[in-house]
Amino acid sequence: MSAATIEAPAHAARRSRPFAWVEQSLTLAWRNIVRIRQNPEALADVTFQPIIFLVLFLFVFGGAIAQGGSWHDYLPFLLPGLLVQTVVFSTMGTGVGLNDDFAKGVFDRFRSLPIARVAPLVGAVLGDAVRYTLSIVILMGTGFALGFRFQNGVGNGVLALVIVLLFALSMCWIWVWLGLKLRTAQGVQGVAFLVMFPLTFGSNVFVQTNTLPGFLRAFVNVNPVKYLVDTMRGLMLGGDIQKPLLITLAWMVGLIAVFAPLAIRAYRRRT
Amino acid sequence: MTTTNQVAIEATGLVKRYGNTTALAGVDLSVPTGTVLGVLGPNGAGKTTAVRILGTLLRPDAGQATVGGYDVVRDAGKVREIIGLTGQYASVDEDMSGRRNLIMIGRLLGYSRAQARAKADDLLERFELTDAGERIAKTYSGGMRRRLDLAASLVGDPSVLYLDEPTTGLDPHARNGVWETVRNLVLDGTTVLLTTQYLEEADALADSIMVFDHGKVVASGRPAELKAQAGKQSLDVRPAEPAHLERVAAIVAESVGVRPHVDVVNTLVSAPVSDGTPMPVVVRRLDEEGIAVTELALRLPSLDEVFLALTGHTAESRPQDAVLEGAGR
Ligand SMILES: Nc1ncnc2c1ncn2[C@@H]1O[C@H](COP(=O)(O)OP(=O)(O)O)[C@@H](O)[C@H]1O
Ligand SMILES: [Mg+2]
Repeated sequence: MSAATIEAPAHAARRSRPFAWVEQSLTLAWRNIVRIRQNPEALADVTFQPIIFLVLFLFVFGGAIAQGGSWHDYLPFLLPGLLVQTVVFSTMGTGVGLNDDFAKGVFDRFRSLPIARVAPLVGAVLGDAVRYTLSIVILMGTGFALGFRFQNGVGNGVLALVIVLLFALSMCWIWVWLGLKLRTAQGVQGVAFLVMFPLTFGSNVFVQTNTLPGFLRAFVNVNPVKYLVDTMRGLMLGGDIQKPLLITLAWMVGLIAVFAPLAIRAYRRRT
Repeated sequence: MTTTNQVAIEATGLVKRYGNTTALAGVDLSVPTGTVLGVLGPNGAGKTTAVRILGTLLRPDAGQATVGGYDVVRDAGKVREIIGLTGQYASVDEDMSGRRNLIMIGRLLGYSRAQARAKADDLLERFELTDAGERIAKTYSGGMRRRLDLAASLVGDPSVLYLDEPTTGLDPHARNGVWETVRNLVLDGTTVLLTTQYLEEADALADSIMVFDHGKVVASGRPAELKAQAGKQSLDVRPAEPAHLERVAAIVAESVGVRPHVDVVNTLVSAPVSDGTPMPVVVRRLDEEGIAVTELALRLPSLDEVFLALTGHTAESRPQDAVLEGAGR
């Protein structure tokens, strides 16, 4: 018996076009958006949570932390920081969702299809960009309702929002990787909280860092969250942003350069 | 299209281990283009592992396999161009409608929007899912989900199709539908590898059968050859009164000429027979002695019995477990 090869069907030709992987990623991003519409309750972490955090921190700590002693004075300081915290926290949902997808077997289907290896991962990330955007819009909306204003021009304010979104899209590759590496969604969540709490609370999100003891200040000074928050405050309120922006951009490039390949490798190896 | 004497699937020495478990311990198989191979075996025999390797979802630890002439590890992308895979557990997206699931796959495969929609509607109709097409898949019954999954694996018009226990947990109507689909696909020239725990199913669909046990092929051949090896049919008599078991066993022994197997727990007497001739004799004797029975049947050997005949030991887990497992996801 011969081993002559079987030819691929006619529709295969479209798949060999150079940007087929982009189309495939967009199709899978569309899938994630359709799913969000189907399960709006899964959006609690990007809708109610930011509002609750803002109100809680503003009114519980506002009086105690702000120099002027009033929450009005604390709001401009808090909101850019809380924006970073909210977005950073929502990135872990990407890993949890991906792990869940794998457990349910949908990814078996994708993996048996002749599509680019990166497409399901990029699709998951792009789909989640909708979630991140929603959390940004909701938090900023609440902030504006409470009296927050961009003090450095609307253009710079919007630029800040774009940067924080891009940061989320870079950082979520950590969770994509862990979501594929770890066996269960609970495991992903456990690791995520372990990383997220020090990262966001061990920073300048809520307080000026000059009040911190030395060892903590050393940690804060290498924490990317600090530089992102400085960038946000600079763009929204005014101030020097050159150094924090450069460091933030370097972190974004670094996160993608390290974790995207790791994630793709984990995807290939996962069984 | 390819000619008939070519091989669509060829594997040699496939080995796969999970820690201490050897899921596959050196499997060879070969499926000629356009034919159906039935892989028969109990739970844990290694059927799913073999399908996942041939479907490029899993790398073998040793051995190699080609599908359509392409190596499943080195040319995995080429293999994916020509295969369709319906796994043991449905791999549809439960949070989308059945129609959207199919359209998504069509788009991924490179169809235009219009083509993808047309293909989806065509498949929904073929699998009697048109009415449920716009419903979210979470609300589907087990049988509907299986059908959707099967439809999903056909979007790309595969030349080689894997079906991993496609009818486990399905009601008879749904099962017949799957059988019909498989037969039609084969008529169109598709090569099919299907796994099952039911001899009856392999018998009904497969051109040849391989029996797996503990990761090895323990028997293979045409369905008729295997059934001949497995022995004959089985005559079952179940007395209404457990107290009559002994008497019934004696009657069956006299009529058939072999000592029957007496299952005290299930109140069942069964004996291997080569055909139905002892049946009237048994009926008459039971009647004479006034023994009422709740069941009197002639049936094909069960997988357990085939196993016993082919391997000398019984299959460890019974199909019932698989039904529950299959419905679980
Ligand atoms: N992911 C896995 N991890 C560990 N053991 C596994 C895994 N998948 C299968 N096995 C084991 O490999 C053996 C063969 O499994 P499988 O191929 O699923 O058999 P079948 O499909 O015939 O029921 C079983 O003993 C099973 O427990
Ligand atoms: Mg199986």
